[in-house]
Amino acid sequence: MKNRSLVSIDDFTSDEVLKILDLAAEFEKNPVSRLLEGKVIATLFFEPSTRTRLSFESAINRLGGKIVGFSDAGATSLAKGESLHDTIKMVSSYSDLIVMRHPIEGSARYASEIASVPVINAGDGANQHPTQTMLDLYSIRKTQGTLNNLNVFMVGDLKYGRTVHSLMMAMSRWNTTFNFISPEELKMPEEFKIYLENLGLKYYEHLDFTDIISRADIIYMTRVQRERFSDPIEYEKVKNVYVLKNSMLANTKPNMRILHPLPRVNEIHTDVDSNPKAYYFEQALNGVYTRQAILCSLLGIK
Amino acid sequence: MKEPKQLSVSAIESGTVIDHIPAKTLFKVISILGLDHIDSQITFGTNLESKKLGRKAIIKISGKFFEDNDINRIALVAPEAKLNIIKDYEVVEKKVVEVPDAIVGIAKCMNPKCITNYEKVTTRFKVVSKKNVALKCHYCEKITNQENLQII
Repeated sequence: MKNRSLVSIDDFTSDEVLKILDLAAEFEKNPVSRLLEGKVIATLFFEPSTRTRLSFESAINRLGGKIVGFSDAGATSLAKGESLHDTIKMVSSYSDLIVMRHPIEGSARYASEIASVPVINAGDGANQHPTQTMLDLYSIRKTQGTLNNLNVFMVGDLKYGRTVHSLMMAMSRWNTTFNFISPEELKMPEEFKIYLENLGLKYYEHLDFTDIISRADIIYMTRVQRERFSDPIEYEKVKNVYVLKNSMLANTKPNMRILHPLPRVNEIHTDVDSNPKAYYFEQALNGVYTRQAILCSLLGIK
Repeated sequence: MKEPKQLSVSAIESGTVIDHIPAKTLFKVISILGLDHIDSQITFGTNLESKKLGRKAIIKISGKFFEDNDINRIALVAPEAKLNIIKDYEVVEKKVVEVPDAIVGIAKCMNPKCITNYEKVTTRFKVVSKKNVALKCHYCEKITNQENLQII
C-alpha cells in the first residue's frame, strides 16, 4: 500500500482492509512509538471538523510525527483565491503525506492525482469518508470477532448519511444481512439497494425497530435532522421513533453492540451510555488506532 | 435562363463518411473528433432531410480513418451515427458507433458540488449503463443520467 492514497474505501481490496485492521490492533496494544519520527504530515481542513482532525493529530503525535496545516480555510491563501490544484502542489513539497477535509465532492480524488505524496481523504462533502468506515469496520470486527455473516441494523437518516452508505458498501464484502430502519422520507436510496440485490445479499426495510431489535449483531445509529424534512409535521411524527432507549435493549443478543459516528444529539438516550452494549465512545478511540495504521501503511513504514 | 450550378458534396476517393448525425450536434461532433485542427479535406452538409432524425448532418473526411476508440467518443452526441469507410470510391466497410466504457472530457457532471464544476478538471466518467446512458463521475462518484447529460 506504500505511496497509495486512500480516497474511497473501494480503493483497497478486502485483504488490504484486513491488513490495516490487523495493524490497528497492534497499535491498540502499543499506541505510542517513534514510527513517524522525522515525517511531516499536512492536515488540511478546508472546513472545520474537530473530531476527525483531533483524531488524526492524536494518531500522528503518538507516533512522533510532526504536523503542518490549518483547521479553517478562511485563514489561508484560499481566501485569496488560490486553486485547490496550486495549494496541493505546494503542500506536497512541504510534507510526506496529506490528510485533507474539503466540502467539495471529488476534491480528494483530484488532490490525490495532483499530489506527489499520498493523500488521505478525511471527508469530501457528501461523498466519502473512508477512515470513518475503516474505524467502523475495526469496531465491528473487534466486538464481534469477525466481519463475516453479521446482521447489521442501520437506523435513522439512511438517505443522506454518508457514513452508512460507505459502511454498507464495505460490509457487503462479508456476506452481511442488512436491516434498514428509517422514516419514509429518509430511506436508503434505490441505487444502494440495487447494489445489494446484484450481490445477492439480503436486506429488509422497516419504519420501526422495536420488534426486531433482538436479531441485531450491530446497531448503527445516525442522527435524524429536522432540516432533512420538507414537511416539519413529518419530522414531529417520527422524531421519537428513532431514539434508542435502554429499556429497548432488554432482549438483545449478548454480543450486540451499538455504534454511532458521533456527534450524538438525542437519538441515543443517555441512559444507554452505561449499558455495556454501548460502544460509541470506544468506537471513537478506535479511530486513533485505525488512523495510525492507515498512516503507516501508506507511508510504507509498516 | 441559366441552369443553377450543381454544388453537390462530391464523393471522396478514400476516407470516412459519417452519416446520420443530428443536425444540432454537428459542431460538437467536429469538436470532439478534433476536425477543426486537422489538415484533411473535409466537407459537410447540415440540415439535410432525414426521415429518422428530422434534420441530419453528414461529414466527409478525405484520407482519414478513425480508431474505434476515437470514433466512439461521438456516441453521446450522435448515437445513431453510421460510418462508411471509403477506398477507391467504394464503401469497403460500414460501422455504427457504440457508447464506450469510459468518457473523458466530453460530458459535464450534473452534481453542482462536484470538483469538476469548481476547478479546471477534465471530467472523467465510467459508463455504468449504455442503453439509457448513465455515467458515474470518477471524482464525486455521482451518477449523471441521459436526461441530465450536458456536453461540454
